[in-house]
Amino acid sequence: MTLTARTFRHGIHPEGHKESTADLPIRRMPFGDRFVLPLSQHAGAPAKPVVRPGERVARGQVVAEAAAFVSSTIHSPVTGTVTDLGLRHHPNGRLVDAIEVDADPFSSQEVRLPAPAPWREMSDEEFVEQVQRAGLVGMGGAAFPSHVKYKVPAGKQIRTLILNGCECEPFLTTDHRTMVERPEAVLAGAHIVATRLGAEETVIGVELNKPAAIEALRGAIPEGAPVRVVPLKVKYPQGAEKMLIEALFGLEIPSGGLPLDVGMLVNNVGTMAALHDYFETGLPLIERVVTVAGPGVERPANLLVPVGTPVRAVLDFCGGLLPRTREVILGGPMMGMPMASLDVPVLKGTSGILAFTEAETRLPTEYSCIRCGRCVEACPQFLNPSRLARLARAGRWEDMERSFVKDCVECGSCSFSCPSGIPIVQLIRVSKSAIRDRDS
Amino acid sequence: MAEKTPNLLVQASPFLRQGLTTPRVMADVLWALVPLLAMAVWYFGIGGLLVVAAATAGAVGTEWLFGRRMAGVRLADGSAAVTGVVLGLTLPPGLPLWMAFLGGVVAVGLGKLVWGGLGHNLFNPALVGRAFLQAAFPLAITTWVAPAGWTAVRQSNFALPFMQPTGDAVTSATPLNLMKFEGAETAPGALLAGDVAGSLGETSAGLILLVGAFLVLRRAFDWRIPVGIIASVAVFSALPWLIAPERYPSPLFMLLSGGLLFGAVFMATDPVTSPVAPLGAWIFAVGVGLLVVLIRLWGGLPEGVMYAILLMNAATPLIERVTQPRAFGHRRREKEAA
Repeated sequence: MTLTARTFRHGIHPEGHKESTADLPIRRMPFGDRFVLPLSQHAGAPAKPVVRPGERVARGQVVAEAAAFVSSTIHSPVTGTVTDLGLRHHPNGRLVDAIEVDADPFSSQEVRLPAPAPWREMSDEEFVEQVQRAGLVGMGGAAFPSHVKYKVPAGKQIRTLILNGCECEPFLTTDHRTMVERPEAVLAGAHIVATRLGAEETVIGVELNKPAAIEALRGAIPEGAPVRVVPLKVKYPQGAEKMLIEALFGLEIPSGGLPLDVGMLVNNVGTMAALHDYFETGLPLIERVVTVAGPGVERPANLLVPVGTPVRAVLDFCGGLLPRTREVILGGPMMGMPMASLDVPVLKGTSGILAFTEAETRLPTEYSCIRCGRCVEACPQFLNPSRLARLARAGRWEDMERSFVKDCVECGSCSFSCPSGIPIVQLIRVSKSAIRDRDS
Repeated sequence: MAEKTPNLLVQASPFLRQGLTTPRVMADVLWALVPLLAMAVWYFGIGGLLVVAAATAGAVGTEWLFGRRMAGVRLADGSAAVTGVVLGLTLPPGLPLWMAFLGGVVAVGLGKLVWGGLGHNLFNPALVGRAFLQAAFPLAITTWVAPAGWTAVRQSNFALPFMQPTGDAVTSATPLNLMKFEGAETAPGALLAGDVAGSLGETSAGLILLVGAFLVLRRAFDWRIPVGIIASVAVFSALPWLIAPERYPSPLFMLLSGGLLFGAVFMATDPVTSPVAPLGAWIFAVGVGLLVVLIRLWGGLPEGVMYAILLMNAATPLIERVTQPRAFGHRRREKEAA
């Protein structure tokens, strides 16, 4: 099977490091006292608050509404009181507007959620609006509002719904556990989306290092349903949308294009389970599975965490950080964000909290580029990263654009594979943002 | 709100890296050169070791002295040592030590540092050093001696700068000289073992193939380059040989003699001076193979590996330009700025 499994071209093979949490069932983390809900925890416009300090809110109640089409709804993760609207630290390091909610210590946090809308009976517009209302965003990390993908422009048709179960980032096991424990929810969510959009087939890409997930999904597919699970070779960044489509179908999405252009739609498996939960029980996106792992964590775990819970509280629940911890990362080790402080909240897009020690965080000594070509062989977008890094150092933005810097997905495979320790992807990221600033 | 927080590092992702580092690649190459060095001493004597040491001292000393103030130049990357040892192994055993030292100085100074240091040079530094010696001291660099056992040290090694070396050594023709000027082909067995006259590290074809395989397994360089050179030399030299076997050497002799294998494994593979893209590597390798055959069979010199590689080094930026891989999601190779 390994020999015949599909994959994309180029890419890298980092060690998986998933063994510490892969077999740990998802546990619910107890509700804390205080929750911070940044208005911007999705791609697009920040949400608009609709509550005031002092106001009582119920778990699942809307506290901020989508401010634009590409924006999302935010709900209170607990029953309690809004204590403040003000600036709080976002995990990305910026101070952003946020809503602070204190949990009611006497509430059981069990609430009667509003009855879910019957998804089969609504119009397409209503469906898109409902998904936005549910606060659903891509849970693989990018946090792109899901409903935007479901508004298919006239003249386009989604034929294939692709579920992303790759979880190619090392350490993370949230999608893995979701697929193993809730395959029916994943498939039911996919069924809703496929039915609503008229997709003929659903294809689930799962890497071969998750045999239990492949088995669970296959076992849960209803007889005769047009759903396939396709095992993929283990390779990073297979979970990148374009790479996943190449792996599954051998298709190249044109530069600047979307999966929609070839009649496809890619959704993360966790997002599908959350969508199912909303249409089944009325539960909006107010909690998510987070993998807590890494050599700096006392007791690694897969936790169901209310959105807005401080990272510090999650780590404390796992026995706290070991003294030798040097770095805490939200997300995976390839594309995640380093934390300057633990007093930031878990967001809708937070897939993992990883604590690394001295051994993993030692900065590599930088040597001259010897043009060995390892970054070129690693780049899934078939760019020349060493050249882009050289141009970045010289500030030659136009030349970088001519070398297709905008196609870079910032997966970090180049930096990973560079024997000279050159921070290639960081140089590219900085240049891309300089180019964006220049253009705006 | 500030409980005790550990001091957290904030670095840019990715937070994982593979284990290979540039100094380790260089160290692999140096380790691979050790058996060749031992073989050189075994055949040509301690004097050979001194020649390599002098070239290495020149190379490393120059890197240290002039590279100290240059951004990005680090002695610790090991590249100057590799240049010095590789250069030393391409020199004749009886070469005066001061010439070998000067060759090392030129290799790193003119071959690398004036370009901006490691990674910026157009030509293979060791070959720049060797080409300089060939131009400056044409007699000394073509004075070959026969293997004489590991204790041999030649008086000519200790000739003073700019004095004519005293000709004490019994000179001997290399297999390529014998072929070029007398039409005699040395037996493959002797060429594999290396018990023939020639440059210090180039004579034992068998040993070079062995350490070359080690380096390929360690992924120290692009395997396409040595494979492409060997294959193209075999093909290009087979054509005249098949037509007139009495006039032209056999492909096997072409492959095993002279500096071909040493150059294919240790010099053409220098990643800095060869194309990065796989297609480019094949073009580069076939170019080297073709030039070696042309120079050896129809040129004035018995050996052509050095000039073949230097010429293809010069062609590398051009090859690089036309062999950029097609970027993902773009229809064809769209033109890139150089």
